[in-house]
Amino acid sequence: MSVSRSDIEKIAELARLRLEEHTLAEVTQSITDILALVDQMQAVDTKDIEPMANPQDATQRLRADVVTEPNQRAAFQAIAPAVEAGLYLVPKVIE
Amino acid sequence: MHKLNLAQLSKALADKSFSSVELTEHYLARIKKLDANFNSYISVTETQALAAAARADKTIAAGGSQPLCGIPLAQKDIFCTAGVRTSCGSRMLDNFIPPYNATVVEKCNDAGLVMLGKTNMDEFAMGSSNENSFYGPVRNPWAEDCVPGGSSGGSAAAVAARLAPAATGTDTGGSIRQPAALCGLTGLKPTYGRVSRYGMIAFASSLDQGGPMTRTAADAALLLQVMAGFDVKDSTSIDAPVPDYSATLNDSLDGLRLGVPKQYFGAGLHPGIARSVEYAIKEYEKLGARVSEISLPHSHLAVPAYYVIAPAECSTNLSRFDGVRYGHRCEHPKDLHDMYTRTRGEGFGDEVKRRILVGTYALSAGYYDAYYRKAQQIRRLIKQDFVQAFAAVDMIIGPTSPSPAFKLGEKTSDPVTMYLEDIYTIASNLAGLPAISVPTGMVDEKPVGLQLTGNYMQEGALLNAAHMYQQATDWHQHCAPISEEHS
Repeated sequence: MSVSRSDIEKIAELARLRLEEHTLAEVTQSITDILALVDQMQAVDTKDIEPMANPQDATQRLRADVVTEPNQRAAFQAIAPAVEAGLYLVPKVIE
Repeated sequence: MHKLNLAQLSKALADKSFSSVELTEHYLARIKKLDANFNSYISVTETQALAAAARADKTIAAGGSQPLCGIPLAQKDIFCTAGVRTSCGSRMLDNFIPPYNATVVEKCNDAGLVMLGKTNMDEFAMGSSNENSFYGPVRNPWAEDCVPGGSSGGSAAAVAARLAPAATGTDTGGSIRQPAALCGLTGLKPTYGRVSRYGMIAFASSLDQGGPMTRTAADAALLLQVMAGFDVKDSTSIDAPVPDYSATLNDSLDGLRLGVPKQYFGAGLHPGIARSVEYAIKEYEKLGARVSEISLPHSHLAVPAYYVIAPAECSTNLSRFDGVRYGHRCEHPKDLHDMYTRTRGEGFGDEVKRRILVGTYALSAGYYDAYYRKAQQIRRLIKQDFVQAFAAVDMIIGPTSPSPAFKLGEKTSDPVTMYLEDIYTIASNLAGLPAISVPTGMVDEKPVGLQLTGNYMQEGALLNAAHMYQQATDWHQHCAPISEEHS
């Protein structure tokens, strides 16, 4: 399946990824090439085959619902780009 | 000192032939002198290394230390190290200093291993040549105009140039085995779930697995012994005891059933590598193995299915890099949307962006069934091929990579050509099986590898088969020319 430049722009927006204008043609071409590789899958009949998410079909292990971790907010926020009074700062969202 | 393997270093440290501080200083001096040629380290942690070495010397002097206590080790820069920058080869994490250790790092530290630094890698482990690093490409110690393979290219080059006795790596589609092959090393990707992924920065969570990159199979057994084991912090960790991998290294291979997949010797395989693997098969027959041809009929679909599953998981995992909590944030964002898109546009390199786009596309409304679900179904077919094969054979033998180390820049313009580097390694990630690459000859004056794939949890058997091969051959003892240089 080939993708258009506008498809790429739409996907990039969904992925919150700014692409430089001058790279769009090349990106579109390489994604088209990758999808052509991937499309080899379509030649195979996979009707009634159960999709496999884990190599050993393991399911998530659950733990008891009890507090086990101490609060490390100060340590975690020490590496944040902008914090104030224990909160993460981002540009204004609501006018 | 840099000529000694892990077992020899362990003995020399126990016998007080030299101290861990002397050994660590020796390696740090080599890195200082030689790594400008290879760019194998992103960070060298000299101060911490010397402090850890001094602690190891005390532990050794007190007696009862673990076998690898005091031996230097390079950690791939994908494993979080408390207080030490962990970049994952990306501008996004150029300023990231983790507040915690990965379980693998914790286990290595507890065993007394001395971390020399963090090794270079393809950005977020996406690549097969180490040319996708924000910190520049790594050069192959065997041929400096060639790539070391990837994504664990820095780890491979560091061990091959004797800038570390051993290193950790991670393997999502071949990222331990392919660079091990291209640099003349032994590299093991364990069973999915055998080594904890906690604190190992996620690329494709259902495929990622850490493992050792070493000079010999015996060294790999020693390092895997430290790395492997159940971890409650990794929800996909396998809760099973870790066997003594060194104890079974010398077991006889008499009667070992080796399967040769006919699909692995078709077009695209360098004839020199085909010859080297055929030579290896004959050696195994001399060691008592019974060889038969097998079929993995869906193997040609491994790369296509992988390039849906891995990008899909990558696009999900990498959505966490938003410029809010850690890592890169763009300058002067005008609003939240601008901050997200510009932070991610600046922070990620071209290959990472490509994979995020492919993954986002495959998971987007209307395409999920045709791509992601289809790929997961093919993944099961690929696993079933292996299940059938392992009913008739104990182990599968074939090449690790289709070509020896290629020139820097040779494959960068065409992502699909680069993806085919992993044509023989990807299937075991999809199936979650353990596989090991072992040096098996020289092609165009560069090392090449043979790959052994085992059934689930058969790391011990793989290491045994690799070790016995290394007792009968000396390919693993060939050294890159630079590794002989004294410092």
